[in-house]
Formats: sequence, structure tokens, C-alpha cells
Amino acid sequence: MSSLTAARVLAPIGTAGKLFAFALDVLRALFRRPFQLREFLQQGWFIASVTIIPTALVAIPFGAVIALQVGGLIAEFGAQSFTGSASVLAVVQQAAPIGTALLIAGAGGSAIAADLGARKIREELDAMMVLGIDPIQRLVVPRVLACMMVAFFLNGMVSVVGVAGGYVFNVVLQDGTPGAYLASFTALAQLPDIWIGLIKALVFGVIAAIVASYKGMNAAGGPKGVGDAVNESVVITFMLLFVVNFVLSAIYLQVVPPKGG
Amino acid sequence: MGVEIRVEDLTKSFGKQLIWGDVSLTIPAGEICVMLGPSGTGKSVFLKTLIGLIKPDRGSIIIEGTDIASCSERELYEIRKLFGVLFQDGAMFGSMNLYDNVAFPLREHTKKSESEVRDIVMEKMDLVGLVGAEDKLPGEISGGMRKRAGLARALVLDPEIVLFDEPDSGLDPVRTSFLNQLIVDLNAQIDATFLIVTHDINTARTVPDNIGLLYHRHLAMFGPREMLLSSEEPVVRQFLNAQRVGPIGMSEEKDADELEAEKGQELPPLPPIPMQLEPSNGIPRRSQREPGAWCRDNGVVPPPGSFQENMSMATGG
Repeated sequence: MSSLTAARVLAPIGTAGKLFAFALDVLRALFRRPFQLREFLQQGWFIASVTIIPTALVAIPFGAVIALQVGGLIAEFGAQSFTGSASVLAVVQQAAPIGTALLIAGAGGSAIAADLGARKIREELDAMMVLGIDPIQRLVVPRVLACMMVAFFLNGMVSVVGVAGGYVFNVVLQDGTPGAYLASFTALAQLPDIWIGLIKALVFGVIAAIVASYKGMNAAGGPKGVGDAVNESVVITFMLLFVVNFVLSAIYLQVVPPKGG
Repeated sequence: MGVEIRVEDLTKSFGKQLIWGDVSLTIPAGEICVMLGPSGTGKSVFLKTLIGLIKPDRGSIIIEGTDIASCSERELYEIRKLFGVLFQDGAMFGSMNLYDNVAFPLREHTKKSESEVRDIVMEKMDLVGLVGAEDKLPGEISGGMRKRAGLARALVLDPEIVLFDEPDSGLDPVRTSFLNQLIVDLNAQIDATFLIVTHDINTARTVPDNIGLLYHRHLAMFGPREMLLSSEEPVVRQFLNAQRVGPIGMSEEKDADELEAEKGQELPPLPPIPMQLEPSNGIPRRSQREPGAWCRDNGVVPPPGSFQENMSMATGG
């Protein structure tokens, strides 16, 4: 009985270990030739097509909310001219990578998990292995790279759309001056903020793709298993993303001191 | 010319449940073998273990000097090129049409030009009677066609070993006998080692050179077709003749009471052994033996009426 309890308590650690081992397999397969360019382009196009519009639609209110909240608060201090700076900092450092990652995980990751899960239960993956082709190299690596690429570009798009949304709300609704909004960009924000945003987006893209592929490739128990795999992959990705975001932000703030403080 | 598969002391369990233990057998090169067993005795698990999709707990599977149970992943992918596998539902790639499905192994593993690929693919499609359906997606065709397409894909790299996972499940009797004829013809043509996992008795009685029976977590018997068909061993006899009387019950094994109740019942006589299916061109296969040869060599008298042409295919009940 005690061993049963121990096994149950330790089960999550085993799963985490398997996920990590899977990630290492992907890393190893990354350097194996031939590279699946076609699959990479197809997946990149597919992930981009399901994420671009929702991401843009999420980015506009994101920028606007920050402008409204921070703008209101900052006006109390009479520092209204710093609104632009605050929204750049918030959008570029946090909102853009997180928003990107949530959409990559929610739209792209769920599609990957469903696709691989369906292939798994139809024995397509077994058939592929029997034909002497490693599904990790053939299917997972292109998806991981495609997710990274799309996350990287989406991150840039969210940054631009978010800052522009903040601008519109600040200038039109809060009577901010366009010049002050733009001029204050560099007051608090600095160039490394963009780098950390891009690095975060890449890391989140990797996590979303690997979790989705792992869950999809280990789907079991028929069509219901595929549904469960999709569900679990989205939930696990979200949780991992917020933890990793916290860790990366903490490290970044230690390494690069905030400007103007 | 086919490759021999040597299985030694193979044991597999999932968690605490033993699937089968100490399975030892040699599948001779170039011959057709059938692995039989009641539902749920791990026939498919056995097949997947042979291709290294499932790792056994103990034992070895030796093919051309490599032990599949313990070799590295790289060796495994290398040795799998000897295999062609027909999965239960064909396992076609849903996103590709039949032509691309069949061409897939060629494009991945060889540097053949597109016109050479086309020749080979069309030859295999012709072999399984699917010419004209190349542009169909796997979702648009019937289960029988998917199976035949799966067979074409399994054959495209000229395998030395072909494994069939329940080729007759979900097919009507006519299609099943066509498929059985196709299997025999293929064996005559390519001389590969064939292993068919099934629980269709008609297939088991007429197609193979050797039969194995998995029952109650072990290999009950493995040997030449005539040996099993003339066997008086209760499990073999019950299964191969589809009878209710015997040790196999509805759920796995019968208990002592049920067996006691059956004790006085007289077993129906063994039905005659049918002729083995011959290649349709009439030229005997390399591994084919003369009807009744095994019985004669081993001094076994086959049931009356055995080895007669045009005998009824019905099994005794």
C-alpha cells in the first residue's frame, strides 16, 4: 500500500522527466539531416494562419487597457507625459511575449496535439516508425521550429499593435499629446527590453510546441484520448509559460538594471 | 529470400499483468506462419514486439544476428527496413492520397527519380488491384481498400519479412479469401518470411505452412500446419475447430466446475484437414510441402477425408 502511495505521489515527477527526455530527443533530432523543409514551411504557414488575427485582436485591447490603467494612475502624479514609456515597457517586456505564447499554445499547440494525437491512435506514427522514419525528426522538429519562428514574428506584431493601441487610447481618449507619448518611449524603456521580449517569445514557442507534441504522441485510448491530450497540453503549457515567464523576468531584472530608477 | 526470426524466452507484462511469458519459437525463412489466439491474448502486442515498437521485459528476438529487444535505436531503424507491416486499419497517412502514401517509403529512403518511383508504385498498386484509385484520400475509401493500400505500401521497399496484423478483420468472406490468395501469391513471388496474426480459422487452416497458438499467457503450440490440425491437444483442438467444449471459456479460461460438467461430453471427431491454398499460377511455392507429408513422416493418421480437392470449407462445430 505504501509503495502504491509513493508511486502515486512520484508520478508527476516521472511525467516531468519523460517530458524533459522528450525535449532532449527533439534537440538531438534537430541536428539530424535531412531537414524537413517542406513540413516546416507548411506548419509555419498553418500556425501563422490560425494565430495572426486572434493575436492582433488580443493585442489592441491589451495596449488600450494598459494605457487606460497606467494613464489614469500616472495623471494623479502629474506625470502624464510618461504614459508612453509605461505602456512600451509593459507591452514589449510582458504583454507581447505572454500574449503571443497564449495564442501559440491555444491555437497552434492545440492543433499540433490534435493532429499528432489522431495520427497516434490511427497507428500512423507506428507505421512511420516501422517504415524506418523517426516521427520526432520527421514531424516534431519542423513543428517546434515553426512555432519558434511564428512566435518570434508574432511577438514583434503584438509589440507594434499594442503600442499603437496604447497611443490611440492615450491620445484620443485621455487627451495625451502625441509628442509626449512618443518622446517618453526612451525615458524608461531601453533596447534590451526588446531582446528579452524576443527571447521570451522563442522560449515560449519551444515550450508550447514540445508540450503539444509530447501530449499528442502519447495520446491513448481512442478519440477521447486525443481530446484529453489536447486539453492537457493547453493547460500544462499555460502553467509552464507563467512559471518560465516569472523566472526569465526575475533574471532579466537582475542582469539588466531598469533605466532611470 | 526471406529472413529467419528467432524468438527466445520472450516475456512481456503491462504493470503487474503478464501478457505472455517464455515464448520461444523460430519463424523459418521464406515460410508463411499464422499466429492464432483467442481475443485479448496479446497477439498484436507480440507483433509490435517483433518490430521493436514495444520493448519486451525479457528475452530476445534475433534477426540477421541483431537482437531487436536490446539493440540501439539506430540499429532498430536500420533493421526495420527489412520489414513490411500491414496494420489492422492499414494505417495510411490521412493527409496524403494513396499514391503519395505508397510512394512515401521510396521518397524517404531511396534516391530514385520520380519516374522510377512512379513505376514501382504503379506495379504495387496493380498487385493489390488498386489502379485507378491513386488520387483518393484514405478517408474516402472502404476498409478493404485501405487494407490493400496498406499492403502495397508495406511491399514497396521489397521487404524480407512481412507482418500482417489481422488482415481479415472487418472484411467480408469473399474479400478475405481474395486477400488470402493474394498473400499466398505474394509469398510465391517475393519469397519473404510472412507472419499473419489473426483469429480467423479459415485463414489459419488453409494459408500457412506453420501455425502458432497463443493461449493463457504462453505459446501453447507452434509447428507445421498439419501437426496442429491433427493435434488432439485440448486447447489447440478446441480453437482450430471453433468448438465450445474445451478449456477456453467466454472470458479467458473456464473454471473447474465448468470443466467438470463437460467431462462426460464426447468431443466431435476432428474435421478433415483441408488442402493448403496454392499460388494461383499453379507453380508451387519454395516452402510448400506436399499435402499429408508431415503426417506421413511422423506416423500420424490424418482425420478421414483429409487432403481431398473441393472439400467443404466448413469446420466442425
